Amino acid sequence: MTHAAATHHTSMGLDSRKMAFWAFIGSECLLFTSLISTYLVYKGRSVVGPSPHEILNIPFTSVSTFDLLMSSLMMVLALAAVQRGDMKWGKIWLFATALLGLVFLGGQVIEFTEFVHKGLTLQTNLFGCTFFVLTGTHGAHVTVGVLWLLTLWVRALQGKLGPGHALTVEITGLYWHFVDVVWIVIFTVVYLIQ
Amino acid sequence: MKHWITTTDHKRIGLLYFWTAFCFFLIGGLEALLIRLQLAQPNGHLVSAETYNQLFTMHGTTMVFLALMPLSASFFNYIVPLQIGARDVAFPRLNAFSYWVFLLGGLLLNASWLVGPLFQAPHLNVAPDGGWFGYANLTERQFSPGPNIDFWLLGLQILGISSLAAGFNFIVTILNMRAPGMKMLRVPAFSWMTLVTQFLVITAFPVITVGLVFLMFDRFFGTHFYVTAAGATPLLWQHLFWLFGHPEVYILILPAMGIVSEVLPTFARKPLFGYTVVVFSGVLIGFMGWGVWSHHMFSVGLGPIADSVFAGTTMLIAVPTGVKIFNWIATLWGGDIRGTTALHFAVGFIAMFIIGGLSGVTHASPPADLQQTDTYYVVAHIHYVLFGGTVLGLFAGIYYWWPKMTGRLLSEPLGKWHFWLTFLGMNLAFFPMHLIGLLGMPRRIYTYSPDLGVSALNLVSTLGAFLIAVAILVFLVNVLRTRTHGRPAPNDPWGGATLEWSIPSPPPVYNFSVIPTVANRLPRWKTEHHEPMRDPPAVPPAPIHVPDGSWWPLVAALGLPVLALAPLTHTLWLAFLGAAILLVGIYRWAFEPFDV
Repeated sequence: MTHAAATHHTSMGLDSRKMAFWAFIGSECLLFTSLISTYLVYKGRSVVGPSPHEILNIPFTSVSTFDLLMSSLMMVLALAAVQRGDMKWGKIWLFATALLGLVFLGGQVIEFTEFVHKGLTLQTNLFGCTFFVLTGTHGAHVTVGVLWLLTLWVRALQGKLGPGHALTVEITGLYWHFVDVVWIVIFTVVYLIQ
Repeated sequence: MKHWITTTDHKRIGLLYFWTAFCFFLIGGLEALLIRLQLAQPNGHLVSAETYNQLFTMHGTTMVFLALMPLSASFFNYIVPLQIGARDVAFPRLNAFSYWVFLLGGLLLNASWLVGPLFQAPHLNVAPDGGWFGYANLTERQFSPGPNIDFWLLGLQILGISSLAAGFNFIVTILNMRAPGMKMLRVPAFSWMTLVTQFLVITAFPVITVGLVFLMFDRFFGTHFYVTAAGATPLLWQHLFWLFGHPEVYILILPAMGIVSEVLPTFARKPLFGYTVVVFSGVLIGFMGWGVWSHHMFSVGLGPIADSVFAGTTMLIAVPTGVKIFNWIATLWGGDIRGTTALHFAVGFIAMFIIGGLSGVTHASPPADLQQTDTYYVVAHIHYVLFGGTVLGLFAGIYYWWPKMTGRLLSEPLGKWHFWLTFLGMNLAFFPMHLIGLLGMPRRIYTYSPDLGVSALNLVSTLGAFLIAVAILVFLVNVLRTRTHGRPAPNDPWGGATLEWSIPSPPPVYNFSVIPTVANRLPRWKTEHHEPMRDPPAVPPAPIHVPDGSWWPLVAALGLPVLALAPLTHTLWLAFLGAAILLVGIYRWAFEPFDV
């Protein structure tokens, strides 16, 4: 990963990669807004069951949500460690973030399997369509984040990720926190407000 | 050859965009000529109804996504870094990636003309046939069982990735790569309009992507996003499409407005009248473009409140547009006017865009719109805006920047022929459509009866279309002649005020031998307040590092059409192959030693 842009003078004083990433996050907001709006527009319009309150398991997903929130904390600790040059803890926290991300994905696999057993598939009704595509898109984002974090972790193990790459870790963190915030919205809108 | 394939130079990528987009422009034009031949006489039988559906769908899709947007992109690429005094864009490899994704997406979409037998179709062509706005639920598997719509929805998703990547790149380039002293209100109007356009791209494209993903899931995985029997509403597609579609209209017109805002001052030898107002009108259009989408849906019956609100916002958005028009006219007023071809096209843009704008305001009134919906009146409007506006604006840019991009000046006499034939042709082709529409001829119907009384008007329209084709041939002759006989261009053939004219034509690979320091908005002009800047020296005083090319943007881009082939051919392993190619490309790209 080059960090040539970091050494350049920029007109706004903000690193170009970071600015591009903020623009990307802005764009992603529109993506998730469209998905969440569709879920809300189609809420209660399914002509056959099962409906959300028969399916959603709030205690189980609360644990997943807590897990993802904790992964954001790990991410903050990872960045802080890399920034102060403590690569030993940097590696530990990066791996911990990825691990909690994997736990969240595992939770989603269990949840989806259980829903299918209860009779809710992608094709069952509008609730199934909108629920699986929305949470599935979020899950795909978490998967990309986990791959990204594991890549950084492996680079750190190889000794190729040092304090000079703090910006790379920071941008990874921006993505990870964004994906986390999106989940907070999804959890609130889909699970808590039925 | 290798240098072009691995290039990350914004100028080469700009030329690649130009020629690729121009080829697609010719293909889209051929489709239009076939449509006009079919409609030249009542009860035409040149093509079947099925082929006609494919022709108008691919004409619209090609012109919007494969011709006009990437022709604008060719100027973003070539001109914006030069105007803001940069050596390249912020992310040169991402820029190459955008180009390759655009090319491959365009090829995938157009492959549908030739691959019918592979899909057990009785004929060669299985091109998309659901119209450029592909209304669900017509596009559902139940009503469109063939691969036609699949090509459309997969092709558009790929093209969206190209536009999004370019959007992030140019936003950062314009905000962050400006030469020292170039404050935001010293950025040339074209680069400003590019910035607004890119913000519209990165916000509008995710919305259509979601709409297309829903359609893809409906068609391939049996979901019910647009299936009315399952309780869904087809209005979901219309809202998602037009939430994208109306900002898209401004994505198509704002770059042309930017070009005209450069050409008029140069050839009137006057600063752009009310530069700040022109810039902020552009920004305002960008914001308001998000609040008018339902005027495409008046005939749906959204109710009096929604109709009134969207009628109001639609009339309001004409205000900043009108402000710009008055500023352009005021720029010409009292100027020392040189009637170059570029100026002809720019003034033609103003006149034709006014007509298109006015017919647009007539759609803003729901009762009038109900009479016009789905008639040729709408076709007339969109062509006055997108041909009279965008295409004339793009040609103004082509004649203006051609010497900078190629080092030779296009012939002015041939250019005038090109302009007047285009001007006459487009008015003959598109003006009668207003009347044809008001007399009741619906659009998208492959033929019509002589009883309708629109036969003569349709013949005139067809003649006009062929006149435009002749004009394009004149342009191509001009281009070919210029390659060998064109006058070599000096640094600044026109006496321009902006930085791109301070360096050789075509510019060296590093653009500026010394990055200029900008002290005002018209750095190369003498005004009452300041002297012109000194142009950078011809030979760089110190060696300049230029990055090598890279293969990985192309490799990563190749993954996307392979991924798209998986659903098209129902072959799972292609999905894994495509994902693997994409991943390899991205990883090699990320870990490649590459210094800007």
